[in-house]
Amino acid sequence: MEYVIEMRNIRKEFPGIVANDNVTLQVQKGEIHALLGENGAGKSTLMNVLFGLYQPEQGEIYIKGEKVDITDPNIANNLGIGMVHQHFMLVENFTVTENIILGREITTGGRIDLKKAAKEIQKLSDQYGLRVDPYAKIENISVGMQQRVEILKTLYRGAEILIFDEPTAVLTPQEIHELMEILKKLVAEGKSIILITHKLKEIMEACDRCTVIRRGRGIGTVDVASSSPRHLAEMMVGREVNFKVEKQPAQPKGAVLEITNLVVEDSRKVPVVNELNLQVKSGEILGIAGVDGNGQTELLEAITGLHKVKSGTVTLNGENITNQKPRKVTQSGLGHIPQDRHKHGLVLDFSIGTNMVLQTYYQQPFSKHKILKFQTIHNKAKALIDEFDVRTPSIHTPARALSGGNQQKAIIAREVDRSPDFLIAAQPTRGLDVGAIEFIHSKLIQERDKGKAVLLVSFELDEIMHVSDRIAVIYEGKIVAIVDPKETTEQELGLLMAGGKKDKAGDKV
Amino acid sequence: MKMMKGRFFPILVPVFSVILGLIIGAIIMLVSGYDPIAAYGALVTGVFGDSYNLGETVRTATPLILSGLAVAFAFRTGLFNIGVEGQVLVGWLASVYVGISLDAPMVIHLPLAILAGALAGAIWGVIPGLLKAKFKVHEVITTIMMNYIALYGTNGIIRAYLLQPGERTKDIKSSASLGSAFLGELTEGSRMHYGLIVAIIVAVIMWFILWKTTTGYELRAVGFNQHASQYAGINVSKNIILAMAISGAFAGVAGTMEGLGTFQYMSINNAFTGVGFDGIAVSLLGANGSIGIIVAAFLFGGLKQGALEMSSAAGVPTELVGIIIALIIFFVACSYLVHWLTNRFTKGGKL
Ligand SMILES: Nc1ncnc2c1ncn2[C@@H]1O[C@H](COP(=O)(O)OP(=O)(O)OP(=O)(O)O)[C@@H](O)[C@H]1O
Ligand SMILES: [Mg+2]
Repeated sequence: MEYVIEMRNIRKEFPGIVANDNVTLQVQKGEIHALLGENGAGKSTLMNVLFGLYQPEQGEIYIKGEKVDITDPNIANNLGIGMVHQHFMLVENFTVTENIILGREITTGGRIDLKKAAKEIQKLSDQYGLRVDPYAKIENISVGMQQRVEILKTLYRGAEILIFDEPTAVLTPQEIHELMEILKKLVAEGKSIILITHKLKEIMEACDRCTVIRRGRGIGTVDVASSSPRHLAEMMVGREVNFKVEKQPAQPKGAVLEITNLVVEDSRKVPVVNELNLQVKSGEILGIAGVDGNGQTELLEAITGLHKVKSGTVTLNGENITNQKPRKVTQSGLGHIPQDRHKHGLVLDFSIGTNMVLQTYYQQPFSKHKILKFQTIHNKAKALIDEFDVRTPSIHTPARALSGGNQQKAIIAREVDRSPDFLIAAQPTRGLDVGAIEFIHSKLIQERDKGKAVLLVSFELDEIMHVSDRIAVIYEGKIVAIVDPKETTEQELGLLMAGGKKDKAGDKV
Repeated sequence: MKMMKGRFFPILVPVFSVILGLIIGAIIMLVSGYDPIAAYGALVTGVFGDSYNLGETVRTATPLILSGLAVAFAFRTGLFNIGVEGQVLVGWLASVYVGISLDAPMVIHLPLAILAGALAGAIWGVIPGLLKAKFKVHEVITTIMMNYIALYGTNGIIRAYLLQPGERTKDIKSSASLGSAFLGELTEGSRMHYGLIVAIIVAVIMWFILWKTTTGYELRAVGFNQHASQYAGINVSKNIILAMAISGAFAGVAGTMEGLGTFQYMSINNAFTGVGFDGIAVSLLGANGSIGIIVAAFLFGGLKQGALEMSSAAGVPTELVGIIIALIIFFVACSYLVHWLTNRFTKGGKL
């Protein structure tokens, strides 16, 4: 059997850590091959080696049986390897066409022939069912479509082998479904795909085989058809994993957060949060379910002081925090696991240790008379890294060098550790492995049992259903229903999220 | 080998760049018919040959340390302060004004004159800072414009209020002077002054603020990621303005080195002094760190000083040193290229 890709005994080191230790990966032509492993296991690293972004210390790579030396991404491109990165690499104010042809411009008489390129892109798009408008500007299109532009970019460059690094982490359930269809179409047309994902459901649904990595070492490759989510999770973590978190019924008390008639406008003066009312009580986890773009982001930003409130009030612990500065809101008892970890959650160029006091550096004992106390800061950071199992070579490693999931765990550690009276958890488990998800969920429940109020925002209906005590459905900037997770179904929630119309649900884009 | 590369890479780039710059400088000399060995010999004599040259090197380097620190401080907080030149000029004038017009014992007069320079520089820096924080006007544009206002503004003030024969102000009073007969004697009459001490103190202050205080934490956080800073409750606007104020103050102190040290007066400038612009190069070569900047400033000071000897002893035009400096900067800026080269070498060595 000849493989389209064979990576043999790859070893890649970073200062203080072996990210890949003797890993072997064999991909057959026309298959969707899953790459599974805990946060920091070394999946992205292995793919970056294949794509020529990193040079391995040891090991060989064979493409269609031929030994190759991939020293930079251009070589990878020429070998027919394309990569869709987790963080898109698109020029915001360029059109789709301009982005796709960047670096591969077709010229006639020295001028770029955009029309011809657009036509070609339209053809490719139709062939694979990508539904991309070649003339749209990147800044105006949804995350899902941006991802399809990234896919087109690789296809346009003639990719035969496509690498996807956690493509579904940023997508809504609807978009994930579409992506899976696209992947299937791609392999039907003879492409081969490597898919990194933490969602076992997706592996079961779309993949043919799955290679598991644990702490940098290859554990094995299995046929998905003859495996189960439980088996995969065990292979990956090395122990049994509980998929459902145990929790006692909530014992809610008084309201900690109260929102009345809240109106928030976006930059175009459109009220994206519109006369919204909501209460979160002490000792409960309130989940917010909704299709992306129904005002969730603006609601959270308004509560936390990052976005101006047009009218209405927000009170926290009885204190009016409407339009207060973020520091003031934090001091009134807010903890915030932000939705976008790179934008808000971390200063990526600071060390991970320094990031651990991003909210508290100015307080005792981390500083005194404006002088930072590094000893205390480092001790705190070490304790948090241990407790939350953040895998990093040291506390001095730049946050940028941590794997995506470990960055997320670090943020959660920082916010949960302060044990705020009111904790916002926005997409808290995005990009986390199943073991870490279990751990984070139990932490959120622990906070609840201490009598804190938790607001959980997530696109994962599973997560909302399992973790929340009450579910508020947001639609077009309003809370349209509050339901009990024990008495509802995903179908019912789906209907409510789509605006409550009882006819065809789920087709809202 | 790998450990070494990781730890020493920041030092490797400037050292590599300097060596490359000197080699290419030598090639240019060869091509144009000069003897590079004689020229570099003269350069070395020009710096270390006698105590006068050494003293003059220190004198040239002193303001460069400060202007380098000013650029670096802003850079560390995510700002490009191209206005150091103008801040140097207003700092120079303010210190000379206090030096001329006040009567006080040295312990009061000298610090006051330096502080006046710092304050003037800070004000000159705050204006672009405010414009950036409140109206999002890019600081590169405003600081460049502030340079011209400073150049013609200081000239205008001197002409209108302080003019003495020779297109200059009066000399400052000796109680405000950094000059030193002792240092002069020691260095056979060079213009070396006590400013070096001030520059080193400022270097320590910069290091301390940036790395030891909560203020530095905030400034650096804002420099790296404004969104995360906002999320953490850090006042982004305040920190942009503060960063420009401190950077400007450092630049203003650089101006006082000229006013209270080297010249003891201020003359009407037909063109920019270059101290501020050289600061950009010094900061770049010094990798924006206190120690790196001091070393880089001495290197540039030495090259400038040695150039004089190079032209008199080896007949090589002083402009050649300008070319070498430009080459060094070019290579630092191309550190990516150097990175790539060193990668090639270390990889080749292992295979
Ligand atoms: N550029 C880098 N410099 C230093 N260490 C790095 C770098 N990139 C990755 N690492 C380290 O290598 C290990 C593997 O990281 P990698 O990003 O491959 O993990 P991953 O399996 O993709 O995890 P996740 O699921 O969280 O994305 C981690 O411990 C990480 O800290
Ligand atoms: Mg990864």
